[in-house]
Amino acid sequence: MASVATPKDVSGPVETTSRASRIVGLVLLYVAVTVGALVMVMPFAWMLLGSLKDLGQLYKVPPNWIPDPFVFQNYVNAWTSVPFATGYINSAIITVTVVLANLLTCSMAAYAFARIEFPFRKTLFILFLATLMVPEQVTIIPLYIIIKNLGLIDTLLSLIIPYALFNAFGVFLLRQFIKSLPVDLEEAAIVDGANRWTIYWRIIMPLIRPALAAFGIFTFLFQWNNFFRPLIFLNSIENYTVPLAINFFRGQYATDFALLMAGSAISIVPVLIVYIIGQRHIIEGIATTGLKQ
Amino acid sequence: MSSVVKASGSKLSQRRKTDIKWGYFFILPQLFGVLAFVLFPLVYVLVLSLLDWDGLGEATFVGLSNYATELTNSDFRNALTNTIYYTVMVVPTSVVLSLMAALALNKLRLKNFFRVIYFAPVVTSAVAAGVVWLWVYNPDFGLINTYLQTWFGIKGPQWLLDPKWVMPSIAIMSIWLSMGFYIVIFLAGLQSIPVTYTEAAQIDGANRWQRFWYITLPLLSPTTFFIFIIAIINSFQVFDQAFILTFDGGPANSAVTMVYYLRELAFVDFVYGRSATVAVLLFAIILGFTLLQFRVQRRWVHYE
Repeated sequence: MASVATPKDVSGPVETTSRASRIVGLVLLYVAVTVGALVMVMPFAWMLLGSLKDLGQLYKVPPNWIPDPFVFQNYVNAWTSVPFATGYINSAIITVTVVLANLLTCSMAAYAFARIEFPFRKTLFILFLATLMVPEQVTIIPLYIIIKNLGLIDTLLSLIIPYALFNAFGVFLLRQFIKSLPVDLEEAAIVDGANRWTIYWRIIMPLIRPALAAFGIFTFLFQWNNFFRPLIFLNSIENYTVPLAINFFRGQYATDFALLMAGSAISIVPVLIVYIIGQRHIIEGIATTGLKQ
Repeated sequence: MSSVVKASGSKLSQRRKTDIKWGYFFILPQLFGVLAFVLFPLVYVLVLSLLDWDGLGEATFVGLSNYATELTNSDFRNALTNTIYYTVMVVPTSVVLSLMAALALNKLRLKNFFRVIYFAPVVTSAVAAGVVWLWVYNPDFGLINTYLQTWFGIKGPQWLLDPKWVMPSIAIMSIWLSMGFYIVIFLAGLQSIPVTYTEAAQIDGANRWQRFWYITLPLLSPTTFFIFIIAIINSFQVFDQAFILTFDGGPANSAVTMVYYLRELAFVDFVYGRSATVAVLLFAIILGFTLLQFRVQRRWVHYE
């Protein structure tokens, strides 16, 4: 920026003003964008700092941002006062199973829709696409009745089975990706007498790894944060997922915000780790598909 | 020679036949899922909306009377009005703010750094974030009111305790939660506009505002419209924030949205038929907006 003032940059008065105004504009832009970023970060900062205060510090007006002293006990209390630990295990079981199952079943269907000729292929694919328009809240009552008749209410399987066997978004995303691959390798394998499973497993799966990564991260985030179905399908505390544990927590300790902030912070940590590791995949995946979940 | 051709030909048709089996084998798990957990429930919910049933006893066919009940019911109207009010607050604000943010970010070298920050709330659960906002909105000790008081000497509103302020509170949190998602799509849309257009306009003497208004904005319109529709569809499904920010649907049921209402009918009051009716009406609204998106997109497809 200092180079603006050096003579060799000044090619004429008009140029100088436009250059100066451009720099002022850029600075203003940075200021605006930074203020926006601070607003976005504020609730996270407020949560983390609040989780390290005792109630006396929390109920201070105007608030001190930096805790004095730092109270780490909130995390111990939060972890032990609600079945947070079981919530973590339950969420992990559901999330990992659904992610793995979706990666397998969606890529299988995607491969068939992209590459194999069979009757009604197009109709069935359109059927899958059409279901993208059905929000899960619309079918929640019949699904509840089905799950109840299967005797699965208040079990982790009530969440695992339907999600594991259906993800139209995944089928669509992976099919588009497979369609964009060159067919040479597969044709060579067919000539060599490889069957469809070998081609799918040995050729297609390694090639679609970037798409699988993006899709896997989406599914992880959706499952880990999922609230609506678990709220309806799970009743007992020992089956709660992390969001249900927080909801329970909110009901039990409505005024103990130090505990609530610590609980929230604990629940957000795995998500933030996945986000930071996979942010490029996530953001680029959304930018190219324009879809969530 | 000809026997070789014939042999490979029959081999090919053999391959076709096994391919059919493979094809169905590969789609089987997901096909089962789509039939059992989406299409069957979809038909089921339509049937349920014509029944009077508590989920345990005998179901009786009541025709369209559930629809007549709901459409004249003040609770349903409250839920519908709340949802529309929420949508009206969230959608235009989100679109304008995220467009402004995307336009600003698109010019900056640190674009990716800021994009990561703006996107962070999108990956956060509405439940965990909701608990934080519960504290932010605390009338006496929350972030907003304490600073309104100390900096400006203004006594802030009661936020989640005041029926007038409940929906705006939920809307503000939702805008924060989902804006990053729209920013990312806007950025992708902006990057797909060839620079040659704006450069040509610049040579012709168009100023920055003219370039934005006459070139960028029209070329961006398919993206903008897509975001509008997605935002409307998401708004009509709002539940998590409303549930977590209010303990019981808010004062005077001011936070009861359509999904909130249908959940209450089904799983608190056990009137499955009426709940299914609300679900069908919700579906009709969302489907309408989705089809609108398809129609308009088709008309605009020559832009890309």
